[in-house]
Amino acid sequence: MQNISHQSAAHRSSAQKNTAQKTQTPLIDYLLRLGDNALILGQRHAQLCGKAPALEEELALMNVGLDLFGQARNWLGYVSELMASELMADKIDADHLAFRRDAQDFRNLLLVEQPNGDFADIMGRQFLFDAWHVHLLEGLTHANDPRIAEVAAKSLKEATYHLRRSSEWVIRLGDGTEESHARMQRALDNLWQFTGELLQIDEIDQAMLEAGIAPDPDTLATRWKVTVEEVLEEATLSRPAYDAWMYTGGKVGHHTEHLGFLLAEMQYLPRAYPDATVW
Amino acid sequence: MRPSGNHPSAPIDNRLTDDWPSSDLIGSDRSGLPPAGDEGDVEAVLAVLQEVPDPEVPVVSVVELGIVRDIDWVDGRLAVSVTPTYSGCPATEVIEQHIHEALVAAGYSDPLIQRRLSPAWTTDWLTETGREKLRAYGIAPPVGSASKRSLTGQPDPVVPCPLCGSNATERVSEFGSTACKALYRCRDCLEPFDYFKCL
Repeated sequence: MQNISHQSAAHRSSAQKNTAQKTQTPLIDYLLRLGDNALILGQRHAQLCGKAPALEEELALMNVGLDLFGQARNWLGYVSELMASELMADKIDADHLAFRRDAQDFRNLLLVEQPNGDFADIMGRQFLFDAWHVHLLEGLTHANDPRIAEVAAKSLKEATYHLRRSSEWVIRLGDGTEESHARMQRALDNLWQFTGELLQIDEIDQAMLEAGIAPDPDTLATRWKVTVEEVLEEATLSRPAYDAWMYTGGKVGHHTEHLGFLLAEMQYLPRAYPDATVW
Repeated sequence: MRPSGNHPSAPIDNRLTDDWPSSDLIGSDRSGLPPAGDEGDVEAVLAVLQEVPDPEVPVVSVVELGIVRDIDWVDGRLAVSVTPTYSGCPATEVIEQHIHEALVAAGYSDPLIQRRLSPAWTTDWLTETGREKLRAYGIAPPVGSASKRSLTGQPDPVVPCPLCGSNATERVSEFGSTACKALYRCRDCLEPFDYFKCL
């Protein structure tokens, strides 16, 4: 986790900037962020299949990943319908979006693409995401787009349960042995630099806020901080500063180098056998 | 084939509210059948669906699981709405296919199977018969009704052991063999068991 390339997110040439965005509406871009967060974090879980530290945790990790894949399918399915109706791109289904896009077209947060590392890294990443995801989804259940509201309501139940589990693990590891505490603190310190993006507002978020879809960003930020502070305090972990230097860029397609490796593995089969209809 | 019991539990009710987490509203009245279509026809379709098992928990039918949400006729064509238990339930397509096959085998030509997300599925829709079948199968049915509290686990419910009935049980993991279950262990008979968690 410590050798994150510093040339990654922030220092890309402007030539690479946002080529895909020109062909997308703000709503499509916003939905891609929701879908890609779930898809990429789900894939990180899938990579743990057969490698979890205990059988029970293996089952839990796979089930959380499965929930996330289902949520990704619901968001990306809606994207594909909007692409057909608004952009006349009627051949792009959810599978195409998952398996045929390149890294710069993905809109997920940098946090969710970070490598699995040890169990503290895995649960720390999950907790920081869940604490944000739950409050975001809660806000989206009030979106004035009924399709978004119903997918959010379905996802919220699952995300609430995910947060319960990841909170318990952060507390158990933080307030555990000397070693588990040290590892949990180290994971938190490493992952923290990717949390600025959770609360960052850009023109897409602003457009969705004005359209009555995205929830109020200040409320979301406050709720995320409250959840994080409560759990970290109980876990006897020290919280890094909110105004620490943060990586950003995932939301507009500027990713850390880890995403490319993840996609190469995830997309290999459909790209190698593009005409296959049965898997 | 409509299950009966203390909780009138025909699983189809378009009046169900989506005001999660107000569990009192979700569980209030589950006796209504959809107004559309002929009542006898709906009963006949329910009887067919009652024989379609859930592929992952085959001891309960799709009707008892509460995932059949509506039965209607569109221009003379039978339309059945089904809701997934979890967003990523891998059995979703298989269930829809099994329902389709069962209806065709029963003489309904070209039935339309629709996927419905809203209102989101809740374990409150498990019928009483379904809960009893789960228990007899060794899976503890959900304790209490679904709410945000039940999801965040405040407080953890007392889950009686489905094998010996003891209340001295403990949670081993938040997830069991499928997303809809958690793993528990009985401190009296020492057996591990699945708990169908409240959602």
